[in-house]
Amino acid sequence: MTMTIGSAPPDLAQPARRRSLIDLVLRVRELAIAAVLILMLGATQLDNGSFLSVQGIKDLLLNAAILVLVATGEAVVVITRNVDLSVGSVLGISAFAAGDFLQGGGNPLLAVLIAVAVGLAFGLLNGLLVSMGQVPALVVTLGTLYIIRGVDSIWVGSREITANALPHSFSAFGYEGASFIPYLVLPAAAVLIAVAYYLRSYRSGRELYALGSSPEAARLAGVPVRKRLLVAYLACGGLAGLAGALYLARFGNVDSGTGTGYELTVVSAVVVGGVAFTGGSGSVYGAALGAVLLTSINSVLPAIGVSSVWELAIDGFLLLAAIAVDRLVALRVARVLRKRAAAARSVGHA
Amino acid sequence: MTSPAPAEPDSAPVLALEGVSKSFGAVRALQDVSLRLYPGQAHALAGENGAGKSTLIKTLSGVHRPDAGSVLLDGIPVVFHGPGHARDAGVAVIYQEPTLFPDLSVAENIFMGRQPRRSLGRVDHAAVRRATAELFGRLGVDLDPGQPARGLSIADQQLVEIAKALSFDARVLIMDEPTAALTGSEVARLFRIVRTLLESGAAVLFISHRLSEIFELCQQVTTLRDGRLVASEPVAGLTEDDLVRRMVGRELDELYPKQDTETGGVALSVRRLTREGAFTDVSFEVRAGEIVGLAGLVGAGRTEVARAIFGVDRWDAGEVQIAGRPLRPGSPSRAMAAGLALVPEDRRAQGLVLGLSIERNIGLTGLKATSKAGLANRAAERDRALDWAVKLQVKYSRLHDAVATLSGGNQQKVVLAKWLATGPRVLIVDEPTRGIDVGTKAEVHRLLSTLAAEGVAVLMISSDLPEILGMADRVLVMHEGRLTAEIPRAAATEEAVMSAATGRERSVAG
Repeated sequence: MTMTIGSAPPDLAQPARRRSLIDLVLRVRELAIAAVLILMLGATQLDNGSFLSVQGIKDLLLNAAILVLVATGEAVVVITRNVDLSVGSVLGISAFAAGDFLQGGGNPLLAVLIAVAVGLAFGLLNGLLVSMGQVPALVVTLGTLYIIRGVDSIWVGSREITANALPHSFSAFGYEGASFIPYLVLPAAAVLIAVAYYLRSYRSGRELYALGSSPEAARLAGVPVRKRLLVAYLACGGLAGLAGALYLARFGNVDSGTGTGYELTVVSAVVVGGVAFTGGSGSVYGAALGAVLLTSINSVLPAIGVSSVWELAIDGFLLLAAIAVDRLVALRVARVLRKRAAAARSVGHA
Repeated sequence: MTSPAPAEPDSAPVLALEGVSKSFGAVRALQDVSLRLYPGQAHALAGENGAGKSTLIKTLSGVHRPDAGSVLLDGIPVVFHGPGHARDAGVAVIYQEPTLFPDLSVAENIFMGRQPRRSLGRVDHAAVRRATAELFGRLGVDLDPGQPARGLSIADQQLVEIAKALSFDARVLIMDEPTAALTGSEVARLFRIVRTLLESGAAVLFISHRLSEIFELCQQVTTLRDGRLVASEPVAGLTEDDLVRRMVGRELDELYPKQDTETGGVALSVRRLTREGAFTDVSFEVRAGEIVGLAGLVGAGRTEVARAIFGVDRWDAGEVQIAGRPLRPGSPSRAMAAGLALVPEDRRAQGLVLGLSIERNIGLTGLKATSKAGLANRAAERDRALDWAVKLQVKYSRLHDAVATLSGGNQQKVVLAKWLATGPRVLIVDEPTRGIDVGTKAEVHRLLSTLAAEGVAVLMISSDLPEILGMADRVLVMHEGRLTAEIPRAAATEEAVMSAATGRERSVAG
């Protein structure tokens, strides 16, 4: 091996054009979902001219608001390469807590705070279990899913909250709005923007991505892993709690089964939205778009005269399509990298 | 190759170890080791695998705390509470496999947790990019600060790590085999940068198995053997042979009970095998009754060849034959049916189902043989497991205990039992004794030797040079994805293998 020090060959020409194409595919993920959504809504509008009326748009947004909120929290956790399966249970129990308080003549604003507090408490529990124990989050939060549902069942029993037991101002918030924008969307949008800004612009937010991208490297870089995980789960729990209060306002009806199975919809929305289960990538905007896409299908099917029994199958198909796109991109990247390594090697030998 | 001017010897050491000992259970990884790193000096750390080099690095970088002795920073004893603490004190470590965040940009990788901020504590992304570009400018590196770390070559990833070390003004740079996966020109670029850092007063601790690099870059060399300090001396005046003698120097006979065997026909034949980006044009044969060692540096492509032969990965060109019959690529089950067995490198992740019992782990490869009409026959599985556990002297309390409860050496025996139970014609073992104690190591060697005597063709991949020299009838050496030497047992010396592994000479045509 001979080395000519000081006059090493110029840096291997990076295949810049190819790289930027991959970057584009990766970066454009949110845009791709948005495009699918717009195409779907546009096609439906062409088929059924009354679909995107003021009330139609308002309904779409109303349906999406709660899922957007929970998916935002879930995305924060999934970005750290974890998952929170207990969000459905947390939503159910915090909705009932707020309803119970309101039925007793409580202040609506205070009721919302109670729901958030309940959510934060369970988020703290999840966060502690996941960050302290060396147990996968999938199992831990599956456990808390059942525990919280169990506590809910014992506490609620056969009681239920009905809309007419709630203050009118509270219920009205659940369906009224200005023009095509329902009030319910405002807190969801505010939370979404705030969380997105936090993840992008604060050191601790960036550390959540670092943690999900490579836990080992994060530890070596001095990221306070436990603290960050705790914050992620607190955010997820708190938002599920807030979503519980909004659920109460929108539907009025809450019993011990409220929110059962919701975690699967939430996780689907997050994955469809391009937040990779392997952590470290994706954005809450993507997750929110995923949520809007999934809930919109609900409205699209009846509008084009397809039975809503198709909804679940279509959700599943979208989920697989999203994962297939991830996999294809990953394979493509791997292939390019291998070729590049081989090219570098042959230059090195020359 | 000339060494740069030696550093001024009268300056005080930045970082030093004084009489450090460290044990893990009964294993004494370091015993009374001292080391002094001076500003502007490149200090090499030499030693075989298992000599204690990584323990020493981890002690300097705050991952381990010494049981006895002390770490001195600027002459003052310190206790590092973890890698973050050592980093804040100006000690940067560049591991062989860089630890980057693949999803994040190069710039974020460098400044994670330390990003420049603007009002309200917000990260100033533009400043992060500017600072990164400035660092790259100082290093003379042409990388885009905005590109994701995923997709960078190992060489570029190491440069990112060096930029990271620069960004917090590291005074000590520890590099653990940084050149193992680099090409010649990449090594030259790395050395140029390291020299610049030395000139600006950094202390460097450099670990490499390529002895020529030690002579090229370093002024001082410390050699470890079995956790003890052998020598710490100036590089000038030493020869590579001197260094090798200091590194080796132990009785090899007992550990390597190699029997002479009659070799039979060709059992495994590999012809011009190529997998793009992993290995190129690899051809060799292994005969029945023969142990063939496959040596080379980490990243030379040895494991990749084994995986391709066994069908885990596909190959792009070439041919593999088992006992004269071509093997179709890409299917481990076909490879097994043809009489091939692979004991993988990482037994915990690839060789065992840790949570399953000993008998079921051994039974995994024999499910076809022991089951009837698709139903597993537990009694037959148990008999088979017992049979092999006894043959291999696995130390266990009950056959239905989880494999995870066994020691590393006994786990390795279970992996071997699992594959031997298939009655293989060709056995490929990848790092068969990594991380297991000397006693079990000798047992594994005896077993391999017996197998060869029984007519099994054994291909043994190992980074443990004495093991290769002690066990192999023939030694194949790979370097950067190509076969660079084929050395018969009689001619196989540490120097010969090392020269071929570092690409200094080629004794195999095409």
